[in-house]
Amino acid sequence: MPLHGTRRILRKTLLLTSFVFLGACSEPWNDPNPPEKPGETVYYGSFSSRLQHLDPARSYSSEETVFIDQIYEAPFRYHFLKRPYVLEPALAKNMAEVAYLDKEMQPVSMGSKELAYSVYTITLKQGVQYQPHPALANDKWGNPLYLFNTPEQSLSYATLYDFPQSGTREMTADDFVYQIKRLSDPQNKSPLLGFLSKYIVGMSEFGEQAMQEDRTGWLDLRTIELEGVHAVDQYTLSIRIKGLYPQFQYWLAMHFFSPIPWEADRFYHNPGFADRNLTLDWFPIGTGAFMMTENDPNRGITLERNPNYRLDLFPSEGDTDDLAAGNLKDAGQPMPFIDRATFRLEKESLPQWSKFMQGWYDRSGDDSHNISSSNFDRAFVVSGDGLELSQEMQDKGITVSTEIKPSIYYYGFNMKDPVVGGYTEEKRKLRRAISLIMNTEEFLEIFANGRGQAAMGPVPPGIPGYIEGEAGIDPYLYDWVNGKPQRKPLEEAKRLLAEAGYPNGRDKKTGKPLIIYLDTTGGSAGPVADWRRRQFEKIGVQLEYRSSDYVRFKQKMRAGNTQLFGWGWLADYPDPENFLFLLTSSQTSDVCKCDGSNTANYSNPEYDRLFEQMKTMENSPEREAIIAQMVEIVRRDGPWMGGYHVKEYYLNNSWVSNTKRHGIARDTLKYLKLDTKQRLEKQREWNTPVVWPLLASFAALALLIWPAVRAYRHRQTLRVNHGNKGGSH
Amino acid sequence: MFAYILRRLLYAIPILIGVNLITFFLFFVVNSPADVARAHLGEKYVTQEAIDNWVTEKGYNRPLMFNEEVSGAAMVTDTIFFQKSLRLFTFDFGQADDGRDITTDVLTRMGPSLALAVPSFIIGIWVNICVALIVVMFRGTRLDKAAVALFVSLMSISGLFYIIGGQYLVATVWRLVPISGFEPGWMAWKFLILPVVIGVVGGIGLGARWYRTLFLEAADQDFARTARAKGVSELGVLFKHVLPNALLPILTGVVVVIPALFMGSLLMEAFFGIPGLGSYMLDAIRAQDFAIVRTMVFVGSVLYIIGLILTDISYTLADPRVRLN
Repeated sequence: MPLHGTRRILRKTLLLTSFVFLGACSEPWNDPNPPEKPGETVYYGSFSSRLQHLDPARSYSSEETVFIDQIYEAPFRYHFLKRPYVLEPALAKNMAEVAYLDKEMQPVSMGSKELAYSVYTITLKQGVQYQPHPALANDKWGNPLYLFNTPEQSLSYATLYDFPQSGTREMTADDFVYQIKRLSDPQNKSPLLGFLSKYIVGMSEFGEQAMQEDRTGWLDLRTIELEGVHAVDQYTLSIRIKGLYPQFQYWLAMHFFSPIPWEADRFYHNPGFADRNLTLDWFPIGTGAFMMTENDPNRGITLERNPNYRLDLFPSEGDTDDLAAGNLKDAGQPMPFIDRATFRLEKESLPQWSKFMQGWYDRSGDDSHNISSSNFDRAFVVSGDGLELSQEMQDKGITVSTEIKPSIYYYGFNMKDPVVGGYTEEKRKLRRAISLIMNTEEFLEIFANGRGQAAMGPVPPGIPGYIEGEAGIDPYLYDWVNGKPQRKPLEEAKRLLAEAGYPNGRDKKTGKPLIIYLDTTGGSAGPVADWRRRQFEKIGVQLEYRSSDYVRFKQKMRAGNTQLFGWGWLADYPDPENFLFLLTSSQTSDVCKCDGSNTANYSNPEYDRLFEQMKTMENSPEREAIIAQMVEIVRRDGPWMGGYHVKEYYLNNSWVSNTKRHGIARDTLKYLKLDTKQRLEKQREWNTPVVWPLLASFAALALLIWPAVRAYRHRQTLRVNHGNKGGSH
Repeated sequence: MFAYILRRLLYAIPILIGVNLITFFLFFVVNSPADVARAHLGEKYVTQEAIDNWVTEKGYNRPLMFNEEVSGAAMVTDTIFFQKSLRLFTFDFGQADDGRDITTDVLTRMGPSLALAVPSFIIGIWVNICVALIVVMFRGTRLDKAAVALFVSLMSISGLFYIIGGQYLVATVWRLVPISGFEPGWMAWKFLILPVVIGVVGGIGLGARWYRTLFLEAADQDFARTARAKGVSELGVLFKHVLPNALLPILTGVVVVIPALFMGSLLMEAFFGIPGLGSYMLDAIRAQDFAIVRTMVFVGSVLYIIGLILTDISYTLADPRVRLN
């Protein structure tokens, strides 16, 4: 080809490329989100770990509740704004009426010693409709459209979204009964089966009977009686539980007690559906504000506004500071405020953070792992008043929402261990000395960016029984100095250690050094491990690590073959009972013959007695006095140390409002509001492509290739010239 | 050739049984079925009854390898190993321990894995061969030495650096492409550009250096010299004579990898949010899901064996002197 022809083509290509670049510069190139429908309000979020279960009978993970709690509703829910946490009716019309019965089923008072049962009667809202779903699609004669006899008949339906027809129907009390029967059926593998069987009358018997039936196809659970649960009428549900258990009302606010239409269970048991992952575990059917319209557990999940959602108004009341914080500006408005929510799986923090900073995600994350440590340093700076947003975040208009989770993470002493366990004064002093040198405040500052609050006892903030201020400090480990708690000095730890029989960290009888073994899954190297070691060295005690994988670690925990270990607990409901039971004798593995929650094997008869007294009481000053006594016993015995309550930080882009966090409830998507116009403007402003590196790369490539081409041509020409002269090269 | 392939396939059976046996042994020597049940039932309120129910329902209540309570063939067949591992030979992968159908999951995830792996593989080989041939053209010169130094430098950099650096520069600072994500169908292209480019650039050092070594051996042999003497251009010599004669060692390394493309890339898929098979196995190990682990090990082994057979076949295509007997 002639040279001038090549140049002409090159010139045209460059011109065309420039037009493409210039034309495309007006729109961001890096938009990872799919196109929106006109006029649609879409929320973009992310999650960090693959979901395992979406069946409300089975799911028991905080990551999963981010999704299924938007779809399923229980009889009750938590008030979005009020603190401390308050229950309110959701699918129920009012709060439950509770009656108490003796063994003869005769009414007794709440405090009666004859009390054998509590009956919860729940009146339901009328007119609540399920989301559109093929399981509820019927033909004109009322027969279900999608019932198949063989797998081949339904082969054309690969996912739930392939069914062209859908239907709905009104929720009734029978649907709650059906779901509780599903909880009782061992085949559904509900994690709560063992626990709830202790309370709901007839649950175990139901399970035994269900397992005796033919389970090759669908078992209509309506054909088996569950003694303690029945529908009084279409809108009234009755649940009878054994004894007195006031905390049962909190369970009624969890998705385990969401209604499931029996038709859905039948639908998902169609032959061959399970082979295509068409199960209730992956495709929910609920009455909530949203319904799932895309479920790719490896990529993402999309929720869309449920067109059948009932009228649900944004709360008009809140906490004392909610009005000033602007949290009530949408009071009385119908919810939800968004039409669609798209969540993408982000396993790595760098892409997730970048997308948030570029405005492609509305918030920094939707589950707990939303800001990594390195990004946290970029987002926050330490000021005199604690952490505050960095200038970069403030310039972008980013806001922060915080919550102290009703949780506790701690190191536990195995109270059966001959060295650190036991209840003598020497053993208490030994544990106290070790507790003193494990400086929780320093740990949180260095390793958690200050995202936590040192625990003063087993009850976290926001839970009745937690005491703020000087009255609430652990007097064995802290002094109140200048209006804040201050850990007692190192000398105190040394003194306690000497009194415990280990002066300067050596056994005063044998002279041998005191070695403490920490069982861990995290290995014995790294900054945290070194920090712990250094803390122990301050009082002359050696810390040795016994590392193992998680399975082995749990085996050791069950066998009580540990000395010191790390553990944690995330509350199911905001009642002190859900924390204080962790230290009762009945929860040790030996006694319960299960994976006991009392991992420290702590046993104190006085504590147990007070717990029994406290657990069934209404919240009152008397109850708080008993809790204070229990907390004092735990502080004195010291089975736990280094405890802290996690404080979560979430960042919101400026166009997101109603972002107040709730420590327990996750059904908060419907409260969220977006200013999509502002989002579009910001996204364009923040994402103008920088084109010069691309052009520079092409130029660099050309610069590399061109000399090579020239050199090659030169060599080829040389050969020809040599040939012409008749010489050889 | 047919007899040869059949023989190779028959050899594969004991190999696959051995692989299954090792996987099975490694998994259950570390975890008892009750441990696996605990991993699936969660941390709270787990009762022994729930564990027993889970173990029974999943069929893990049988003896591991040998059932003394029955007689005849059932002594071998009524065991976890036979029921769970040997069933794989019928390509019936069953359900994962979380209830999902494994075949459906594998087929679903295979698409995104291939969407990333195939272009990376093809473009990568093409670029590596071209770069290596160009360097060979300038063999012995300063350009050749500089190129080798560059290849060694590129090889020495961790793959993670290419990924994070590429994401930071191209997607975060220059905002030219989305930093991560995936869309099915043709819309996937904008999510695949960056990982493919990073995969190709990150592989140039190792690939081009290796191919250069292979091409250097062939570049000065008699047939190349004859071609040059006959007036064939240097590019013609390299592409028409040197490349075909260096194909056998290239095929050895390349064809065996082709079936493994289905298995995806762990790092790339995790960082770029591509929902492929790369992280399937890792997620399964974390979740103690033996059903997925055994399936993926089995599929991986089968693909590797297929890769070896394909390599042998490709020899006969590349070099007519090779006969499969």
